[in-house]
Amino acid sequence: MANITVNDTGTANRRGSLTRFAVSDAIFRNTTQAAAILVLVLLAGVAVSLISGSFLAFSTFGLGFLFTESWNPVKEQFGALAPIYGTVITSLIAMLIAVPVGIGIAIFLTELCPRPLRRPIGIAVELLAGIPSIIYGIWGLFVFAPFLQQTLQPFLISTFKNVPGLSNLFAGPPYGIGILTAGLILAIMVLPFITSITRDVFATVPPVLKESAYGLGLTTWEVTSKVVLPYTRVAVVGAVMLALGRALGETMAVTFVIGNAHRITSSILAPGTTISAAIANEFTEATGELYTSSLIALGLVLFIITFIVLACARLMLARIRAKTGG
Amino acid sequence: MATVATTKTYARRRTANSVMMTLCVLAAGIGLIWLFVILFQLLWRGVAGLSLDVFTQMTPPPGEAGGLLNPIAGSLLLTGLAVLIGAPIGILAGTYMAEYGRHTRLTTVVRFINDILLSAPSIIIGLFVYEVMVVGMGHFSGIAGVMALALIVLPVVVRTTEDMLLLVPDALREAGTAVGAPRWVVIRSVAYKAALAGIVTGVLLAIARISGETAPLLFTALSNQFWSLNLNAPVASLPVTIFQFALSPYEEWQQLAWTGALIITFAVLALSIVARVLAARGESR
Repeated sequence: MANITVNDTGTANRRGSLTRFAVSDAIFRNTTQAAAILVLVLLAGVAVSLISGSFLAFSTFGLGFLFTESWNPVKEQFGALAPIYGTVITSLIAMLIAVPVGIGIAIFLTELCPRPLRRPIGIAVELLAGIPSIIYGIWGLFVFAPFLQQTLQPFLISTFKNVPGLSNLFAGPPYGIGILTAGLILAIMVLPFITSITRDVFATVPPVLKESAYGLGLTTWEVTSKVVLPYTRVAVVGAVMLALGRALGETMAVTFVIGNAHRITSSILAPGTTISAAIANEFTEATGELYTSSLIALGLVLFIITFIVLACARLMLARIRAKTGG
Repeated sequence: MATVATTKTYARRRTANSVMMTLCVLAAGIGLIWLFVILFQLLWRGVAGLSLDVFTQMTPPPGEAGGLLNPIAGSLLLTGLAVLIGAPIGILAGTYMAEYGRHTRLTTVVRFINDILLSAPSIIIGLFVYEVMVVGMGHFSGIAGVMALALIVLPVVVRTTEDMLLLVPDALREAGTAVGAPRWVVIRSVAYKAALAGIVTGVLLAIARISGETAPLLFTALSNQFWSLNLNAPVASLPVTIFQFALSPYEEWQQLAWTGALIITFAVLALSIVARVLAARGESR
């Protein structure tokens, strides 16, 4: 008898705790799921708020907003062409420099660097990738721009003075600040970023592949260009696009040195502006709904551009992850 | 004949190799030198203005001496609150992706969207918070700045939490389930414990990331020249103060901007190093 009672309460207890477990588990599960869904809601929220904020600008100027250069707060005439041009051209300059140099450093780190130095240099590069962009901005304004004004820019102007085509590209007085300076700062900034991702990607190449190539008598460069790069090609492009996404949206490093001039000039030594720099410089001072709305419309354009670039980058990087199964 | 040809090809291949390898070494030299030049000049110019006053005095009016006390305090406040809001949500979302919904479509989509948020331009986040909070409240405020920073913390923590939980061997979870623990107890007492170092690393990296963020604060928290920790009013922060002071024509302000930049860089580097040490310790265990 006594035994049965004990058993009964035991079962009841067990059933009770099972229910309690099930309830608390459901609560926890749903809480985590809600948090995950919140991430989606946020991105949707960003998109919706940008679209609604820019509605006034697009309804006033139409799609012509994207192709108009003039930016006149007094007459309330706004066009996005100059910032879009500045964003694209500064990122292009940055990529032209940072991609080969960044990949070069990654090759150096994986193939050439003496083993004891690899880890410290690798860590240093990763730490540098985390330095806030405002640091690059302040350095660019006070040190780099004056330096360029006295050295590189006069050199470019005088060298290409009589070369047709290039003379337009490097025309005008050396301001120091301008599109080229912004592009160079961006290059320095995304460099550690490209290097550290590319190096990680290179590390996914199975050693057997490289060893067999070396065993056939290939030189280091041949192993790199014919084995490592083809194997990692998609991911390297992904890394470059990730860096491009960064360069396109970079604000502080550029705002300091771009000069904030809403015009398109053939010379890359002239001041210009980018989407993010225009927003950072003018947003708090923007008077009138149309002005604010136009700046938000600029933000929407930037959002769409970077979304496409980043989505491509992620898809490409995901492909190498699937390949290595990691 | 054949030998001559082979030697020639070989010589050409070796030359190509030397040229390319020299270029790589040059790239490493040139690329890394710039980065160290920046750090060196930052140290050089920043230390010149470093004194106790920086940490005890308020930001001065133009042309006078002063410190950075209110922006430093403001930055600590904004960063701290942003982490308190962003990190728990991020950990929960990461938990769902790695534990409950590992193979669901929701997880795949969230992972993709999260990766995009992770590298989305931070100024866009600022615009979003401006639209939602600043316009709604009618004025700039510290709490809007906190929300903007929390939105930047979130994806970083989601990503690292998911990655770290996925590294925990399933055998550990199965052992937990085998002794009768419900799923959430297994997650709490087994998975979290095993992945703790990694999750903390993620949070530290997120702090490092937001402590230098300027763009999302420009039109949310704005700035404040005076001592104020009122979240319903504009709050000063170190990055925005650096931005304003660096672009000003006053020498004292520019000096303070350099010193502030040095403090931020030092804090970010220290946080990243601690995070790395923690991560390394977690791995070796």
